Amino acid sequence: MARAVSTRRKLTMTILVWLVALIVFFPILYTIITSLKTEGEAAAGFSMIPSFTFESYAAVLDQQDYLRPFFNSVVISIGSTIVALLIAVPAAWAMAFTPTPKTRDVLMWMLSTKMMPAAGVLVPMYLIFLNTGLLDTLLGLSIILTLVNLPIVVWMLYTYFKEIPVDILEAARMDGATLGKELVYVLLPMAVPGIASTLLLNVILAWNEAFWTLRLSTDDAAPLTAFIASFSSPQGQFLAKLSAASVLAILPILLLGWFSQKQLVRGLTFGAVK
Amino acid sequence: MATKQSHRLARWMMAPSVFVLLIWMIVPLALTIWFAFQRYRLTNPNIKGFAGFANFEFFVTDPAFWPAIINTLLIVVGVLVITVGLGILLALMLDQPIWGQGIVRILMISPFFVMPPVAAVVWKHELMNPTWGVFAAVSRFFGQEPVNWLGNYPLLSIIVIVAWQWLPFATLILLTAMQSLSEEQKEAAEMDGANVFRRFWYIILPHLARAITVVILIQTIYLLGVYAEIQITTGGGPGFASTNLPFLIYNTGVLGGNIGAGAAGGLVAVVLANIVAIFLMRAVGRNLDA
Amino acid sequence: MGSITLEHVNKTFGGHPVIPDVSLEIEDGEFVVFVGPSGCGKSTLLRLIAGLEDTTSGAIKLDGVDVTDKGPAHRGLAMVFQSYALYPHMTVRQNIAFPLKMANIDKAIAEQKVADAARVLNLTDYLDRKPRALSGGQRQRVAIGRAIVRQPKAFLFDEPLSNLDAALRVNMRIEITELHQQLKTTMVYVTHDQVEAMTMANRIVVLNAGRVEQFGTPLELYKSPANRFVAGFIGSPKMNFLEGAAAGKYQAEAIGVRPEHVRISRDAGEWQGKVGVAEHLGSDTFLHVHVDGVGLQTVRTGGENDYHPGEQVWLSPEPGRIYRFDRAGQALR
Ligand SMILES: Nc1ncnc2c1ncn2[C@@H]1O[C@H](COP(=O)(O)OP(=O)(O)O)[C@@H](O)[C@H]1O
Ligand SMILES: [Mg+2]
Repeated sequence: MARAVSTRRKLTMTILVWLVALIVFFPILYTIITSLKTEGEAAAGFSMIPSFTFESYAAVLDQQDYLRPFFNSVVISIGSTIVALLIAVPAAWAMAFTPTPKTRDVLMWMLSTKMMPAAGVLVPMYLIFLNTGLLDTLLGLSIILTLVNLPIVVWMLYTYFKEIPVDILEAARMDGATLGKELVYVLLPMAVPGIASTLLLNVILAWNEAFWTLRLSTDDAAPLTAFIASFSSPQGQFLAKLSAASVLAILPILLLGWFSQKQLVRGLTFGAVK
Repeated sequence: MATKQSHRLARWMMAPSVFVLLIWMIVPLALTIWFAFQRYRLTNPNIKGFAGFANFEFFVTDPAFWPAIINTLLIVVGVLVITVGLGILLALMLDQPIWGQGIVRILMISPFFVMPPVAAVVWKHELMNPTWGVFAAVSRFFGQEPVNWLGNYPLLSIIVIVAWQWLPFATLILLTAMQSLSEEQKEAAEMDGANVFRRFWYIILPHLARAITVVILIQTIYLLGVYAEIQITTGGGPGFASTNLPFLIYNTGVLGGNIGAGAAGGLVAVVLANIVAIFLMRAVGRNLDA
Repeated sequence: MGSITLEHVNKTFGGHPVIPDVSLEIEDGEFVVFVGPSGCGKSTLLRLIAGLEDTTSGAIKLDGVDVTDKGPAHRGLAMVFQSYALYPHMTVRQNIAFPLKMANIDKAIAEQKVADAARVLNLTDYLDRKPRALSGGQRQRVAIGRAIVRQPKAFLFDEPLSNLDAALRVNMRIEITELHQQLKTTMVYVTHDQVEAMTMANRIVVLNAGRVEQFGTPLELYKSPANRFVAGFIGSPKMNFLEGAAAGKYQAEAIGVRPEHVRISRDAGEWQGKVGVAEHLGSDTFLHVHVDGVGLQTVRTGGENDYHPGEQVWLSPEPGRIYRFDRAGQALR
């Protein structure tokens, strides 16, 4: 980047890139705008200027029982993430710091379990859930989401852990640290950023998972994915309310993602980009 | 670190993950295979017993079968082509010095955080609706008849919606890869007299190879299972025009109550996924340094 | 106290023997250097002493006590890594204090020790910085500081200078040697650079493919190398080797002459040749001479001479400075 870029070129690129970014972002932007319209305005056709009313939000929060699916989404995404991390952290640690010739195959195998199409095993899972009483429970959904995301979590943690030089752990051992102290004073402080962004990504993946959550829940445990899916066909004047509900469903994750996007992207490269 | 003790410890630390995933892989698969050879109706407990290949025959001769296979593959390929192609283009643009880089990144990544049902309802009702949708408004502005996207081009519409969701992922990973290319290497190529296109072709693109494989691998895993978008936007129709394999299996097995045939369909999906997986793992095994 | 004894130590990695069978006796207070080409097993041997690797068979003793089955934390040794291996999330002060903290040393005493070490190593002004804000040489000093505060039985160094630039390397070489003279603690130092080995060591272990080729003082290795490998590895520029008729004349399979023991003349000598490249270092000149029927030979002459490329010259070895080797490469005496 040693060369100065001409201001004109930079201006042109800026305008071009902003234009593209706004197009990509437009569906979200327009949803936010529509959510701030009255139902009458929303039905009247395209307009970028809402009357900035929050009546649709009030309506959704009142009538549609939004809080319950919201609560369900929070429970299953956080619950499944914590369980997945508890299982995955030791595994990823072992693979990163005590690699064997088989490590790579194990990782590939783990990822390959994600290749198994959910639809392929839906039928038996549905019956297992039906017969064990897990159908339409938060516990059942949390279990499924843990299983579904575990390979990604292991892989991502592995990528982060591998960036921690083994030398440093050995230095701690030479300095007289026992396994426990090595973990607390050296490994954990260096691993925390990686664990944190893995946690974030998994919460996002779990929050947005929309096959198992739709298929294995009906009422009690239905999370936001199911709540939104119930808007699939028009119901009278509903656009503004639909938009408000959508914004409410994506806002927590959108904010979370915006704050952590740098680390998330790094983790998502799965070590393929140095 | 490589002492015997630590190796034994390592095995114990991996055990829970391996065990859980092994169960998760074997139990449902074994049951699927079992059901695929059974007569099993949710609605009629009197129908039971060994079915031979009848369930497979039922599933494969379903008029929706071939359309579903083709649609599944079209969705995977279509979305991959759009996201990787556009992703490279956008990454090249974002790699240039511009004002407001940070905000642009945030705008660009946002669709990745949108849950599929929201993406589906928003595109269906607010963008693609032929009466009050934004696209209709744009068509009218140019004096054209509004297009009924989901009615007339259902599969294309779904591909566009799904591609919109995955474009940020592809773009940002490719951008990260592009930014890791050393300035010196680009300059060396410039010194060697390579023009912009040659630099892209011989320097940047090979450098992106690993990132592209990651994008393809991860996306394929998810694209083979696209479901919510179809259920919400088109319901698989009109006819079978936008029915994919997951959708067909759910319709047959759970909605249609024919568990045996649904399981047979599941096995077909597993085989299809494995064909894709073998193909992918070959390519990726080389590129992903584990 | 810090004597280190290796008894028939063997190490294999996945069936591949890296250290076939090594026995060594390192005395208390010695500065011993392991030297050898890259991949010959120097680091492995050092890590076996440290306890970072398990021996496949054999025993390791510290001060006569068998520590083969003890973990690295319990051997009382300190190690300085090639990559420095500083804790990136700790300040310099915390890095140096870490071993003391692990040993539950009283805070006030620890602080005093850290301050002392920092003063000795010129790190006092940097104590509150993180490692990433330090230069390579400073990082190296922090790593050494971390090693000295805990007063280990012995120091282990694994190529500690190879990430530094040439000038700094010479400085640090002297600093470490001085440190050894001050502390008088056993030091085991791994390097692939024979100049480092010759200048720093009390005794040198020359390793080749996991075997000890020779163990002796620098001058012993220089004056009476046990075999052709040691003869070729120790000394700079490398020893000249001659085979065939030239060697037969001395009843040997091969003979070796160091460049500093070859005389050059325009008139007469044992071998005739033509000057190729002349490397002028100022103090010395290295002439590379193409000798007819023998090949390229290196000659070290005074700094100011006027031999130029293409010139016909005569070379002859100094009497009594010829090393003779048998077919197996062993030195003939
Ligand atoms: N953990 C290991 N697993 C397998 N082989 C190893 C391992 N560590 C070292 N080796 C092999 O042992 C040999 C000696 O390595 P090393 O001791 O690092 O050599 P040096 O330090 O002399 O360059 C090399 O051939 C290396 O490939
Ligand atoms: Mg080494």
